[in-house]
Amino acid sequence: MDKYDGGEAARLRPDDPWYDALASGWGELGGAGSRASAVPHARREPADRTATAAEIYLEVQRSPAFQEVRSRYRRFVFPGVAVFFTWYVAYVVAATTAPDLMARPVAGAVNVAMLAGLGQFLSTFLLTWAYARHARLRRDRAALELRWNTQELTRETER
Amino acid sequence: MTDDHQTLALLLFSGFVAVTLAITTWVSRSRHGSAVEFYAGGRLFSPMENGFAIAGDYMSAASFLGVTGLIALFGYDGLLYSVGFLVAWLVVLYLVAELVRNCGRFTLADVVAARMTERPVRIAAGTSSVTVCVLYLVAQMVGAGSLVALLLGGTSGAARTWTVIGVGALMVVYVSLGGMRATTWIQIVKAVLLLSGAITLTTLVLVRFHGDVNALLSTAAERSGHGDAYLAPGLKYGADWTARFDFISLGLALVLGTAGLPHILSRFYTVPTARAARRSAVWAIGLIGSFYLMTIMLGFGAAVLVGSDAVRASNASGNTAVPLLALDLGGGADSTGGTVLFAVVAAVAFATILAVVAGATLASSASVAHDLYASLRRPGGKRRSEVVVARVAAVGIGAVAIALSLLARDLNIAFLVGLAFAVAASANLPVLLYSLFWRNFTTRGAVWSVYGGLVPALVLVVLSPVVSGSPDSIFPGVDMQYFPLENPGLVSIPLGFLAGWLGTVTSPEVPDEAKHAETEVRALTGAGAV
Repeated sequence: MDKYDGGEAARLRPDDPWYDALASGWGELGGAGSRASAVPHARREPADRTATAAEIYLEVQRSPAFQEVRSRYRRFVFPGVAVFFTWYVAYVVAATTAPDLMARPVAGAVNVAMLAGLGQFLSTFLLTWAYARHARLRRDRAALELRWNTQELTRETER
Repeated sequence: MTDDHQTLALLLFSGFVAVTLAITTWVSRSRHGSAVEFYAGGRLFSPMENGFAIAGDYMSAASFLGVTGLIALFGYDGLLYSVGFLVAWLVVLYLVAELVRNCGRFTLADVVAARMTERPVRIAAGTSSVTVCVLYLVAQMVGAGSLVALLLGGTSGAARTWTVIGVGALMVVYVSLGGMRATTWIQIVKAVLLLSGAITLTTLVLVRFHGDVNALLSTAAERSGHGDAYLAPGLKYGADWTARFDFISLGLALVLGTAGLPHILSRFYTVPTARAARRSAVWAIGLIGSFYLMTIMLGFGAAVLVGSDAVRASNASGNTAVPLLALDLGGGADSTGGTVLFAVVAAVAFATILAVVAGATLASSASVAHDLYASLRRPGGKRRSEVVVARVAAVGIGAVAIALSLLARDLNIAFLVGLAFAVAASANLPVLLYSLFWRNFTTRGAVWSVYGGLVPALVLVVLSPVVSGSPDSIFPGVDMQYFPLENPGLVSIPLGFLAGWLGTVTSPEVPDEAKHAETEVRALTGAGAV
């Protein structure tokens, strides 16, 4: 697993984080750090432009492109959470209430409980990989485009 | 323990302290003193760096010392902790990491307050964040105390007291001088040290058994005195229904608490984008998963090579199993190898405590300054720089944590961490998930959800056998035990969710559709993220 993570991150490394910063933060006064340090106490955007910005966010939220990104995210994440949470709770409940079942030997010193425990590790690694893959292939590009468009629109209202 | 152990361990540890202080000085030399710099290290860490730092923040002394000790003493029941600590990361990765990075600036309260009336929500979320951090700090500092008791070969009260005070003082220095940048680098150094230490010991354990895990397991079962029961759940948590519910409660707290830990959430603000936050979480899961797999081997290894009785004799809660294992793997108490390995492991454990403590202190001082101070400050009062307040807050939190640690010094650290997780899961997670995913969530819902989880969690702990009414309690002489479970999660987590729902449906306030749209669009696309 470790090896795999290393491999994946190494493969993806060239476009990150600088690629993101350039692609999405283009024209944002030279990066997050200097911008925020210029106004260290500003908590929210000034009130005078929230009315129009609010309309833009509502409009983006209703756009088919955003609805698509959101449903892709939810269609993957909600079932995923349901699966691993149920599997984990079942494991904990079985470990505490059905020790006889868990103590049943499988091979040598390895019993059902050991396999279930290692299964939790394995499923965690697998679901991590699946999520990262899904987000990279199905969500990132569309989300970046939306971010770009939304920021364009909100910037116009500021002028 | 001989003098050699002590000298060498102290020497190595002084080395680590010197290096980290050097990092702190070097980092603060070029700092700008801005809030982004102090709270988020300029947001320019790479996913790999942040992944290591998250792992360094999360793999606490409680895991390295506490969980391995529990495995050495109770076998499989200790392993349940490892599983919970890891699976929790799926909640963080799936539901929290990217969205929080996109919506917030420095703290948990940023995410929640964006949609709500700012002041009450900020005060509520800030209070619960500080509470969680202080509980977490206490757990780590108790660990530091028990490590020193072992090192100095006795339970000298003065030595433990001074260690706790020393650790507290160091963390205040790191945090208030170096901010997030220094804290992050300390965590990265620590993660590398801890993983190297764990890999070395695991390799030595496997070499001792010629790579035969089956032999390791069966010998551990044999030597534990419990036979096959040692490899099955039930030794610690299977005695009666109270113990079982206690464990289910702990299991829930572990898996849901991580996503509500302020010092974990604030780590995601140190990378530039949500994609980087996701990748750092993936890195962290890989590192943390490997680490917990190794703790299992180390726990069973300690049961075989040191023996459960020897572990229990050294520390009733098992916190010293790993250092003892290192002593044995190196060749025994009188050999050079044993001395060196023991010293290395003790120093790594110290480094672990320092790094985790620095992370939690930074997160809580951020909550005090960015959430509490900014909301509670008198409108006409003198306006101080938030960063200055945060630095001062770090000192105050250090003092509180030291005082509480001295009170709680005999409790098992894995258990104490479980408590911090329970409070995080009850008070922070419901409000975070509701604000990210529920369209109709309102200000009243947010405030109720925080207090509705925080207050029951704390009250139930006070009424639990941990505080009074049993021989192992903090106050054994008093009896105000009305709640049977040691971990409140089973009751307080649902209460937190329930209170949030109740507050929302009963509130007269109409949910602000535009604010919800803004949160949702920002969370999923990263538009307007800083």
